[in-house]
Amino acid sequence: MMSTVDLLFWLFATLSVGGGLSMVFSKHPVSAAMFMIVSLVGVAALFVLLESFFLAVLQVLVYAGAVMVLFLFIIMLLDVGPDAAKQKITNWKTGIFGFFTAALLVYLLVFLGNSNDFVNEGTSSWPALIEDSATSGQSLPFSTNVSSFGYGLMTKYMLPVQIAGFMLLAAMIGVIILSKKDVQQKNDG
Amino acid sequence: MAKTVVLERKPLSLSERTYLPQIVTGLKTTFSNMFKPKVTLQYPEERPVIPNDYRGVPTLVKDPNGREKCVSCQLCEFVCPPKAIRITPGSVPEDQEDREHVEKAPQEFEINMLRCIYCGYCQEVCPEEAIFLQEQYSSSGYSREEMINNKQKLYELGGTLPDRHYKWDRKKQAELDGNAH
Amino acid sequence: MMDWLPENIWFSVGLKVFFALMMVGAVMTMAGYSVLAERKVSAWMQGRVGPNRTVLPLVDYIPVIGPLLKKLGIFQPLADGLKFLFKEEIVPGHVNKFYYYLAPLIALVPALTTMTVLPFGQMYWPDGSVTTLALADLEVGILFVFAVSSLGVYGIALAGWSSNNKYSFLGGIRSSAQMISYELAMGLSLLPVFLWVSVPGAQTSGLSISGIANFQEGSAWLFLVQPLSALIFLIALFAETNRLPFDMPESETDLVGGFHTEYGSFKFGIFFVAEYAHIVIGSAIFTLLFLGGWHFLPFMSDPWPPNWIGTLLGVGWFLAKTIFLIFFFIWIRWTLPRFRYDQVMHLGWTKLLPLALANLIIYVLIVTLIDQPSSLF
Repeated sequence: MMSTVDLLFWLFATLSVGGGLSMVFSKHPVSAAMFMIVSLVGVAALFVLLESFFLAVLQVLVYAGAVMVLFLFIIMLLDVGPDAAKQKITNWKTGIFGFFTAALLVYLLVFLGNSNDFVNEGTSSWPALIEDSATSGQSLPFSTNVSSFGYGLMTKYMLPVQIAGFMLLAAMIGVIILSKKDVQQKNDG
Repeated sequence: MAKTVVLERKPLSLSERTYLPQIVTGLKTTFSNMFKPKVTLQYPEERPVIPNDYRGVPTLVKDPNGREKCVSCQLCEFVCPPKAIRITPGSVPEDQEDREHVEKAPQEFEINMLRCIYCGYCQEVCPEEAIFLQEQYSSSGYSREEMINNKQKLYELGGTLPDRHYKWDRKKQAELDGNAH
Repeated sequence: MMDWLPENIWFSVGLKVFFALMMVGAVMTMAGYSVLAERKVSAWMQGRVGPNRTVLPLVDYIPVIGPLLKKLGIFQPLADGLKFLFKEEIVPGHVNKFYYYLAPLIALVPALTTMTVLPFGQMYWPDGSVTTLALADLEVGILFVFAVSSLGVYGIALAGWSSNNKYSFLGGIRSSAQMISYELAMGLSLLPVFLWVSVPGAQTSGLSISGIANFQEGSAWLFLVQPLSALIFLIALFAETNRLPFDMPESETDLVGGFHTEYGSFKFGIFFVAEYAHIVIGSAIFTLLFLGGWHFLPFMSDPWPPNWIGTLLGVGWFLAKTIFLIFFFIWIRWTLPRFRYDQVMHLGWTKLLPLALANLIIYVLIVTLIDQPSSLF
């Protein structure tokens, strides 16, 4: 007998996986974007089933609410029609990179998903440097509580957070330089 | 060529640049407006005061003796820009006591109020001062036919207006005096 | 793992559905009457009288009250709603049918979903315990509101795109750009509030709406403590609800009707209701965050007794504040002209965002100074 929670899990899992597949296979870019939103919201619902309300809300806020709006914005602005999806992959570089990305995904799913190191909190494979910072302060028991997230980000995962922030900053500066350069070239020419 | 004067704009003061004090001033204005007397006229119950020279619905008038003034000369029909007027001319029977010297009168006179643009040309052109745009401004009906004012309706709307000339009386008098033209 | 699901699930689900319907009814009624308020207040500000003819049969014959209700236009929302229902449904031939029908729903659903986490009062039980009145008093309530209301932009963007009309499209594009721009300032303006509310050892997290509202009980309201946050939040709220002076997606003078140019009858009605529901909920949230929610006045404890009378008075007081804010929304609309689109972007990115950042940094310093004076020097 299936419990209500199982039922909900299957519902939202179907929603997220189905949304993802529909995104890949839908012809029209706007439909693809909408399916991606469905998929993201489905994942958020799965987070809720895991009692991780904060993550669920962030998922909707950041991905469904902000990132996808930008996606849709660009799709609409460039007026990408259904023909854009019909392009065949002819470039061998694209093919190779696609293959490696897919292989990486499979690797992560199969090997890391089974690895106990990754699942167990205590034997995390992060460098010892981060481990130390976690033990230095008075520790907070891990929970799905918001403050627990904050505590984790500011102590144990301080370095990854900073690195991620730096990478985003670098990407942002890169975008600014790239867009400025275009303007300069136009002015020169 | 005329000389253009370029006016320098005054630099904005601090309160103007921060914008917020200006908004507060605006809010005060709109708020005080809420308590001022209303200017709305509750239309069907209250009617606006119509000025003297108002150009409302065109009507046909009779002279103070109750006689039809229009002689169906069809000038108004001719001048009417949207061709709203249609006149069927008719003659006046000889034996009418008070209508001597009048040869013609409209048999039918129609003004289509769906076409009329209230320009007043008909009133201006009328040699007999028989057609007037009067104070009535609201005409409505359920069908297109209803919106065509016929002769009877036009006289109902027009009524009698004071006449300065008494043209027919004077003509009659002139004939009696023996100098009819 | 699912111990938070109660045993008798169908009963509790049924109860929740009932409460949710009541909440939807209340907010929709308020939205309907905000439309009336908009018409009435705009009329008064312009020296007119506004709708004063609609009346139900027989009501007009009740002495004094009947004519008064008629004069206030109390029955006008009913007539407005029926008008939307009975108008002819017209679907232009050039639209993308699926998204054309979907867009009004996407616009309405987030507006109605945000109200699930909206607390509106406190229940004083006979045994002395106090619970917050809300459909779901989430720990991350305010984030939930942001997350769900940020989905509302899809309704407008899709409406603009699927209408296959340049005016609608421009409206949709403008609105999505505006939403993204002001969401940033809005979120940043609230961070100092969360910091301020999360005093060390606090029971609730600073992200809980009822927690923030209760924090202001008997002490200063947060708009007194953090005027800049309140101001930025209010401005961003205007932008997010697409109200004048930020009603870029509509801006009827340059975009005909904006994103809903091609919409008519009930589908337009849904957009209309969604817009006003946004205003009602936005006003309620501002009240909860900065105006003390259901608590009486700043620096005063609630004067009402802790029983059912107190509950009702608290809810009433909260509604009064919310209604005042709705009035403020309308008041601003009939006072200020619309910004130009580049002015909107300029204000959002170069004024409000840096201001919100500076505000955050200053309050981080102040909070540190209060909590750990030694750590700064």
